[in-house]
Amino acid sequence: MDDAIQDLSKYVSGALEAQILSSTVANGELAIRVPADSIRRVLTFLRDDQNCLFKILVDVSGVDFPDRAKRFEVVYNLLSIKHNHRIRVKVETDEATPVPSVVSVFSTANWFEREAWDMYGILFAGHPDLRRILTDYGFEGHPLRKDFPLTGHVEVRYDDEQKRVVYAPVKLTQDFRRFDFMSPWEGADYVLPGDEKATGKA
Amino acid sequence: MSQEVRIANYNINFGPQHPAAHGVLRLVLELDGEIVERADPHIGLLHRGTEKLIEYKTYLQALPYFDRLDYVSMMCMEHAYVLAIEKLLGLEVPARGQYMRVLWSEITRVLNHLLNITAQAMDVGAITPSLWGYEEREILFTFYERVSGARMHAAYFRPGGVHQDMTPQLADDIGAWCKRFPKIIDDIEGLLTGNRIYKQRNVEIGKISVEDALDWGMTGVMLRGSGVPWDLRKSQPYDVYAKMDFDVPVGKNGDCFDRYLCRMDEMRQSVRIIEQCLAAMPSGEVCSVDRKISPPRRGEMKGNMESLIHHFKLYTEGFKVPAGETYTAIEAPKGEFGVYLVSDGTNKPYRCKIRSPGYAHLQATDFMTKGHMLADASAIVGSLDIVFGEIDR
Repeated sequence: MDDAIQDLSKYVSGALEAQILSSTVANGELAIRVPADSIRRVLTFLRDDQNCLFKILVDVSGVDFPDRAKRFEVVYNLLSIKHNHRIRVKVETDEATPVPSVVSVFSTANWFEREAWDMYGILFAGHPDLRRILTDYGFEGHPLRKDFPLTGHVEVRYDDEQKRVVYAPVKLTQDFRRFDFMSPWEGADYVLPGDEKATGKA
Repeated sequence: MSQEVRIANYNINFGPQHPAAHGVLRLVLELDGEIVERADPHIGLLHRGTEKLIEYKTYLQALPYFDRLDYVSMMCMEHAYVLAIEKLLGLEVPARGQYMRVLWSEITRVLNHLLNITAQAMDVGAITPSLWGYEEREILFTFYERVSGARMHAAYFRPGGVHQDMTPQLADDIGAWCKRFPKIIDDIEGLLTGNRIYKQRNVEIGKISVEDALDWGMTGVMLRGSGVPWDLRKSQPYDVYAKMDFDVPVGKNGDCFDRYLCRMDEMRQSVRIIEQCLAAMPSGEVCSVDRKISPPRRGEMKGNMESLIHHFKLYTEGFKVPAGETYTAIEAPKGEFGVYLVSDGTNKPYRCKIRSPGYAHLQATDFMTKGHMLADASAIVGSLDIVFGEIDR
């Protein structure tokens, strides 16, 4: 299996040389990184090439890395039932730059891209119907971003006077408790102000 | 003399409170007379933010959320998650633990198919199968309870194996059930397979070709019903599925009836696997003894300081998973269920994307119902085998 993955890695890197930024094999899984504007071409190649035939787009997922210049990663997982391989294709983007939609390559991308838009606010250019999908009608914000609070911004309740369900800002009777159980001996990185020993000058 | 009258299409809301909507599906149907022109599923009414919640829990605390995704095939959901963690940790599972997981995954598959087949039959008007199916499900739930303590949301699979061993009595009872159950499948089959009304409602309904099934990301029975022998238990075997001897039922026409037949036969195959597991089950540990990941037994904890420390550390801080990422998929009863897990080296998942089969299948509703009658929409939705826990997450 591992040999097959290495062969595939070599083949894909060779065939897509111009497009591929990096290619890694970890845990027996092949992942390639490509520029956002060539994603449609890369996926079409992977779908149609006789040595790839990744006919199923299994999943499209967003990942948020707020520290990076381009904070979002869009991850496409593909499956070839002909050759029994999987491949992961990643592109990077930020809040403002749209990624070309791949609905024209795989119909199934439609809802997965809508979900990535809903959850992260990742824009997809050329998507036929980029509406929210999982959140409430009229929801604001993108809940899976790392800077979105776990408790959300609004809560709903039934108002007996207005005889309807109303939205109100979240009121917590107790602060949301986030326990940090990381071991202070292993996990934490303490920086003492003015500690010259820390920089190794002493 | 007749004057042509243009009749405007009209929209109806199918669900979210409709018995054939299988939960909380709101389907906006545009109808031309009784012909479906367009179907727009509105989902998310059961959205609980599972993926967000998981990012704020340790790896072990996040596990019970998986029971609540597809709440008719609970242990299969857990299976994908623990396999993903084990892959990142590089953790070996003892042989008995692997057999136990396969055994319970297959029991779960029977649970799922029993509900789906009978619910699909009810969608097209047959009530008796669901009564018979529920009786068997109740027996299986009792097995669940005896092994894990919970009838449905078991939280039984753990990183490294399963939570606890089953008693020899339970193994005997499952063995006895395996002897009896094929008769029940025959009974249900007797009610449905040759039934004229059932066939009229399902044959040639919701047909899907291989190309379309692949394009729409279909897996599991949806793909096998169209004639593709693709089963992750065979092609990318996990745990001890490679040692099991079973067949993969494949349909011919890709319609609702073929999918029903596939599910029927899969239950028989599951019984075969369960019997093989019971026969070949080795003795030994059911969970990894790596105490940095799997907590010690209660008994050890009472008399051993080190065990007590391990227990405390694992239930407060949890274990850390090396930085990395994996997409791990299993053959869930509904199709390919995958977990894309990104770890940043801490005790909490950085990102846990859940790929549920129902999500991909449901979005093909528009494509599949187009041109069918309104009554066929419920037959098609029934044969998709959707559960909103996993679609809305």
